[in-house]
Amino acid sequence: MNFVLTKEQEFVRKMVRDFAKNEVEPIAAEIDRDHRFPVENVAKMSKLGIMGVPFPREYGGAGGDNISYAITIEELSRVCASTGVICSAHTSLCCWPIYSWGTEKQKKKYLPRLLSGGKLGAFGLTEASAGTDAAGQQTKAEDKGDHWLINGSKLFITNGGYADIFVIFAMTDKKKGPKGISAFIVEKGFEGFSVGKTEDKMGICASSTTELIMQNCRVPKENILGDPGDGFKIAMSTLNGGRIGIASQALGIAQGAFDVTIAYMKGRKQFGKKLSQMEALQFDVANMRTQIEAARLMIYRAVDMKDRNLNYGPYSAMAKLFAAETAMYVTTKAVQLHGGYGYTKDYPVERMMRDAKITEIYEGTSEVQKIVIAAAVFGK
Amino acid sequence: MTFKIIVCAKQVPDTNEIKIDPVTKTLVREGVPSILNPDDANALEEALKMKEQYADTHVTVITMGPPQAKDMLIECLAMGADEAILASDRALGGSDTWATSNALAAVIERLGGYDLIFAGRQAIDGDTAQVGPQIAEKLGIPQVTYVQECKIDHEMKNITVKRALEDGYEVIKIKTPCMLTAIKGLNKPRYMSIGGIFDSVKREKEIKTWGAKELGVDVDHEVGLDASPTNVYRSFTPLPKGKGIVIKADGQKETAQKLLVGLKSRHVI
Repeated sequence: MNFVLTKEQEFVRKMVRDFAKNEVEPIAAEIDRDHRFPVENVAKMSKLGIMGVPFPREYGGAGGDNISYAITIEELSRVCASTGVICSAHTSLCCWPIYSWGTEKQKKKYLPRLLSGGKLGAFGLTEASAGTDAAGQQTKAEDKGDHWLINGSKLFITNGGYADIFVIFAMTDKKKGPKGISAFIVEKGFEGFSVGKTEDKMGICASSTTELIMQNCRVPKENILGDPGDGFKIAMSTLNGGRIGIASQALGIAQGAFDVTIAYMKGRKQFGKKLSQMEALQFDVANMRTQIEAARLMIYRAVDMKDRNLNYGPYSAMAKLFAAETAMYVTTKAVQLHGGYGYTKDYPVERMMRDAKITEIYEGTSEVQKIVIAAAVFGK
Repeated sequence: MTFKIIVCAKQVPDTNEIKIDPVTKTLVREGVPSILNPDDANALEEALKMKEQYADTHVTVITMGPPQAKDMLIECLAMGADEAILASDRALGGSDTWATSNALAAVIERLGGYDLIFAGRQAIDGDTAQVGPQIAEKLGIPQVTYVQECKIDHEMKNITVKRALEDGYEVIKIKTPCMLTAIKGLNKPRYMSIGGIFDSVKREKEIKTWGAKELGVDVDHEVGLDASPTNVYRSFTPLPKGKGIVIKADGQKETAQKLLVGLKSRHVI
């Protein structure tokens, strides 16, 4: 057992922290207020390898490990949860399934663009009536001999409005239920593909969450990911990894809120004492700190299992469940400890509390995580 | 022909977090993170920009310091430097700027051949701004300090620099080989790339460590504490100046009036 980060992981933390501090934090409040997707920072992140951390160099990745990836998302989310999820959805939900399930030809074609070539990825599984119950896919893909014809629409797609490459799920054989779902690599420019409504959200306002519409969308035959019918398997394995990204995002939000709260408590005086000197508030801080530490260890544990190719699914579900609840708990406390100031947009904890809520919802609600965890306990 | 650039760098404690021990009057280094000296990052950035301009450029970063200074060299490699050399030896410990420049000049001579040397203006721990110029003197090459802008011609022979002065700048043309010392305004240093980090940590073993023997320096007269002519008499934390006062009044005229009254009552004017 080794709880010490490697030199590489330490450097990644330092680098991403510097980048986040200099490039991301200064615009975090503004892009939240204006609901503006930070294209300029995403371009910089691609060039610096931040958008391709856990993939081999031969495909344009940074050649890193998954702990380094978790650290990357944590550090970005510490100052801006929107930027964190842009990177997480891209990496875990689009690059990862292409890397893990793609043919050599697909990998050579798409990964270099995604991992360091400035192109952004997204993942389209959710539909209006197929959220948590992903098997209820209405989107259909028909085999037309030389191409697939996809019809249907997807909802709540992170990066939707700015992504170039999508991993899209559709029913190829309705009779087979979940085993009739297939996955496809769809490019933004494919005929019949368009971006629909952009959601107006409570938090992570600088991330782009949209509807995707496929109306007689022609997808080349070779763009199916895996075999026909592999879709559900691909989606579930992708979400196992995606939970690590979201857990890391939640951890980052919690850590960021914690850090600014500590600084505030050291400066704010009431009744002749600094807030940091008041025992009742110190106890809150101790609880916050402890939960953050526990969340971090659970995430690293799940990631370590993933890097060792062990069955990490229930562990990433536990990490995501706990980290999301930690983000909610810590940011709510952070606002409380700031008093009236914390409720204003002049202080970042207001945004952090709004941002935290989504981590209990997307890539599987907390309830879904509990289903996954309970299934591992009792058997399916 | 490969254009060879040497960048002199130093690992320094992050002065944003520095404290002086009130009893021993020395810097408290425990728990203070070490960083690449900021001006040296500007020096490296300018070298890397030249490498982008002229592909056949080789950038070597050199430093003198304890073994852990290797971490800073890894950072320089992750930013894009080609090679890194560490001068490290107990006999070099305690060197002042004169002794340090002896050691670094010896490193440069041992590297054999260069077209350009970059250094940061000064290190944030000592703030002397002496090492770069002293190296240039020892190597017998021209130097320009406080470089705020730098352009090299296509033949990589003539450099036009703007040298910052207190109230402006002067434009100087200089031929290679020469020494330039960089200031913050010269550029914005790049970040390490994530891929660069993973590649560079693997290259840690390639970083050569040279001791006094390899450098051929006289440990009694050229390097180390005893050979250093400078002695630190005392280090202290300067007392903070008095608190400022913010003058608040309605309108500019009233504010100015209040200010004048304040200054007069203190016999400043």
